[in-house]
Amino acid sequence: MRSSKQRYQRFTRSTFGNIMIALILIGAGLFTILPLIYSISTSLKPLDEILAFPPRFFVTRPTGQNYAALPGLLNSLRVSAERYFINSIMLSVVITIGHVFIAAMAAYVFTQSKSRFMKIAFTIVQFTILFNGYTLAIPQYMIFSGMKIIDTYLVYILPALPSTIGVFLIKQFMDASLPPALIEAAKIDGAGNFRIFFTVVMPIAKPALLTLALFAFRDAWALVPSGTIFRDELRTLPQVMGQITGGGIARSGSAMAATVLLMIPPIAVYLLCQSNVLETMSNAGIKE
Amino acid sequence: MLTQNKQKRSRLHRMDAAMSIMVSPFLILFAVFTLLPIVVSVVLSFTRYDMINMPEFLGLDNYARMFYGDVNFPTALKNTLLLAVVTGPLGFLLSFMLAFLISEYSRGVRTVLSFLFYSPALMGNAYFIWQILFSGDSYGYINSLLISMNIIVEPIQWLRTESTAIWIVVIVQLWMGMGISFLSNVAGLQNIDKQLYEAAAIDGIRNRWAELWYITIPVMKDILLFSSVMQIQSAFSIGAVATALTGFPSVNNSTLTILTHMQDVGTMRFELGYASAISVVLFVMMAFSRILVGKLLNMSGK
Repeated sequence: MRSSKQRYQRFTRSTFGNIMIALILIGAGLFTILPLIYSISTSLKPLDEILAFPPRFFVTRPTGQNYAALPGLLNSLRVSAERYFINSIMLSVVITIGHVFIAAMAAYVFTQSKSRFMKIAFTIVQFTILFNGYTLAIPQYMIFSGMKIIDTYLVYILPALPSTIGVFLIKQFMDASLPPALIEAAKIDGAGNFRIFFTVVMPIAKPALLTLALFAFRDAWALVPSGTIFRDELRTLPQVMGQITGGGIARSGSAMAATVLLMIPPIAVYLLCQSNVLETMSNAGIKE
Repeated sequence: MLTQNKQKRSRLHRMDAAMSIMVSPFLILFAVFTLLPIVVSVVLSFTRYDMINMPEFLGLDNYARMFYGDVNFPTALKNTLLLAVVTGPLGFLLSFMLAFLISEYSRGVRTVLSFLFYSPALMGNAYFIWQILFSGDSYGYINSLLISMNIIVEPIQWLRTESTAIWIVVIVQLWMGMGISFLSNVAGLQNIDKQLYEAAAIDGIRNRWAELWYITIPVMKDILLFSSVMQIQSAFSIGAVATALTGFPSVNNSTLTILTHMQDVGTMRFELGYASAISVVLFVMMAFSRILVGKLLNMSGK
């Protein structure tokens, strides 16, 4: 085992290539992380540095005052800030879990079923991904009001649950890495579809499920209702942060501080999910 | 016993109660919140609808208007096609190559690198950094650099010049492009059986490019279809980046896209019927590209 691995590395890799690729990756990575570094740097700038002209990239006299000002700004609200925080966390968790679970079950049926109806349904699902959402807002609003879910939590949750992209991603992933013989063997052994789904399919599809989860969480966390929520108690943290930090140029430091703080949950979920994706070993024993 | 097995085998892929229960939450929610609005929008595309009065049936007038009665649509179409043809394939290759190149590092290094590449998508509005870089006065980073190197004498209005604005949109779009297609490639590459590579090395594959061509791409075909569809979707739907960088309306409509034109028609002029027709045309273009890409990917495996 060990000797075959060494040989494989010697044959297919050159030191020069390895170094070049490492340099390209580091360069590209530093280039893409710039906005995050700039945001953090700006959130630590005192007001005169924020307004300085020409603008400077890095902070010279870091201060925590932009962060310190946030609790005061939040206290000026009629509804306590914890409520918004709880709303955002609850909605993001419910939507992410529901989103992934519903998509995974549907994707499993789409890979397994040979029925004509399911094939047509999957083709429709795939193509609806390509329909831009802009003109759908008005029809969706009519549906929401017909269902009487406007100004409730359901107006956030229900439309966010069916994930066409998620079904497509997981279905493709299952097609690529689920050996059909494994499922057939389990079925001949008498396992039902539920059992196969939970014990065989879910573990193999784990990288795709986690990828969809981190993607769904990012969108759910950034949810800002457009004309569907009127009660203050039901608003989300990004929306409220946007309101209190939108108060003119004097608050632009606090706005950046709020932006940085709001990025922490999606970044944490990203790192958690992604490092788990990268931990999974390919299931050599299951492959044929 | 044997016949029983045969019977079971023929039933293996039939829809049973369990399968129906598993697929119905998705199908019901999808039908109500995605498919129904699309159908309504397509119906509205044949009408005049301003959101106040009842829709008035126009037949194909909205579609004819795009090509005969709207001076801006041809510009938007031309820009959208240019952006799609350039950023679609390049974004697809870039998101695959970066995922491929990081795939052999250790878990920790890969997590950090993929985070760096994905961070613009995680931030959402990360394109603001490019406004600072390409700022049109002599204090913009790129202008001040070029002036100090004596390459230019006067600052260039990068984002306000027709010839440069659209290419800056291309660069920024590619730079922000490491979204779900990149992540799906990372996940797909993770699930490739490493024994395949070892076997290939013994069989005489000598460098990583041959390995990529003969093993990785064939195994990744299903995932590549997914990532190409995501690229088609984002390449044809460029709008927010163009508006944020070059403003709306941009100079001489140099970065007007179908998406920004549609938003202008719908939001500023309340012509939802016409906006829907534009949306349908955009969809047809994307669907056509999707079919083409599916055919190309199928050919690559044969």
